[in-house]
Amino acid sequence: MCGIAGLFAKSDRIAEELGAHLEAMLVQLNDRGPDSAGVAFYRDPVPSGGSKLSLQHPDEAYPWDALAADAAEALGAHADIEQRANHCVVRLDVAADVAEEWVARAHPEVRVMSAGTVIEIYKEVGLPTAFAERFRLSELSGSHALGHTRMATESRVTTDGSHPFSTGLDLCLVHNGSLSNHNRVRKDLAREGIVFRTENDSEVAAGYLMWRMREGATLDQALEGCLEDLDGFYTFAVGTADGFAVLRDPIACKPAVLAETDDWVAMASEYRAIATLPDADRARIWEPEPATVYSWDRVPA
Amino acid sequence: MSATAERVQTVDLASTPLRELNQRLHDQAGLDEPERHWRVLNPSGAHALACGVDAPIEIDIMGHAGYYCAGMNKQATITVHGNAGVGLAENIMSGVVRVTGSTSQAAGATARGGLIVVEGDASARCGISLKGGDIVVHGSVGHMSAFMAQTGRMVVLGDAGDALGDSIYEARIYVRGSVKGLGADCVEKELRDEHRQELAELLAAAGADGADPGDFRRYGSARNLYTFHIDNAGSY
Repeated sequence: MCGIAGLFAKSDRIAEELGAHLEAMLVQLNDRGPDSAGVAFYRDPVPSGGSKLSLQHPDEAYPWDALAADAAEALGAHADIEQRANHCVVRLDVAADVAEEWVARAHPEVRVMSAGTVIEIYKEVGLPTAFAERFRLSELSGSHALGHTRMATESRVTTDGSHPFSTGLDLCLVHNGSLSNHNRVRKDLAREGIVFRTENDSEVAAGYLMWRMREGATLDQALEGCLEDLDGFYTFAVGTADGFAVLRDPIACKPAVLAETDDWVAMASEYRAIATLPDADRARIWEPEPATVYSWDRVPA
Repeated sequence: MSATAERVQTVDLASTPLRELNQRLHDQAGLDEPERHWRVLNPSGAHALACGVDAPIEIDIMGHAGYYCAGMNKQATITVHGNAGVGLAENIMSGVVRVTGSTSQAAGATARGGLIVVEGDASARCGISLKGGDIVVHGSVGHMSAFMAQTGRMVVLGDAGDALGDSIYEARIYVRGSVKGLGADCVEKELRDEHRQELAELLAAAGADGADPGDFRRYGSARNLYTFHIDNAGSY
């Protein structure tokens, strides 16, 4: 089954309270995905030339300050850390690809959940309600965020199998549905050098987007490619540095509702998640058409 | 009208559990003097609102409903003042279910009787496997509507999506706007006087009597699929 929630703030008030609103949406989607939960927040951009990594280690007592000190020494970079349960966001004044490559080499015991200048990903197994509390989502502000509640069908319930999946710098994917040709596509992508951590079908969709964009496609083009190359059922929501995009497969069995007010744009698997938002009863509400890419961007002020 | 007939039972789902509402509605079945008028506040997209009602009562849902609203309805007149989610009035037996906004997929799936009125749009698979109910959509319907519809009538004042009436049996479809594509074995048929008469009645019942039945096209089964060949009758 699975549940998806996305929220894009159009007003400062919603941006300030983004985490509390996304939490309320996720809690409504508890029973669509009780196995695990995850979120991507777009917030608190690092200064130009810097980067931000979301790292995870199963042990909450992992010495993140030691990792930061290591980074400072090895990269000659200043490193700030902010721990949230068993995840830690590390801000560095080197480029994201340099930082990511260093962590993978020097600290292979740590998983890189996301890399970029603005994205933060947190995800873990367990009930969405418990996840939201453990990761203190209600404290987070930001310009936009995506969330996912997972009911596993295609692969094991693990942290790595949870959504969102990173699909490149400041990009992520959440998926409701199941892909039927993911094994073949995974093999094809592996030959192109895309690395997979799990047997999960959604990770293949994320890898597919990563590969298409690496080869020069825009996000919209990469999503349109999904219609040709991915078999199965899907509602995808993709987070970008400036906004998010939504795509449903041509059969459109998996639900999606979009809604907009002067203060926010929201996307969810069901209206009851949107109903938690301020003035939801006065929102413009519609169902996205099958096989059509919808996207929202933050227009620079 | 007596004072009793005008009494309204108001149930606020912000403070009352959904099961309690549905139980109270079910308890009206078979009563000589059921509570005739019900008003449901703060539905907030809850699932299975007013499912399985079997009494001649009126229920107004004041807001958006979630999945399977008014499923299996018998006798009741249920109005959603807002949008409704997947599977509106699934397997309705009788009565009227009206939505002032739009509905998600599979509205009126397997409807056996009664009338479903959608004043906005209905999305994919509206009237899938229709089995005798009537559906009137003031707006448009999505792809694969009336898929394998067996009997009953579907009226669309707007447009129909792709694969309309795929593998249709004996249900009748009327569309005023454009049809993106017809499904397997679904064809346009002549609109005769008996159909104009039937359409006029359905449009009036659905509060769309301003529409001219002559503006509609009729679609139905070409009866060319395997199931319609007499040589295959022994297989059933």
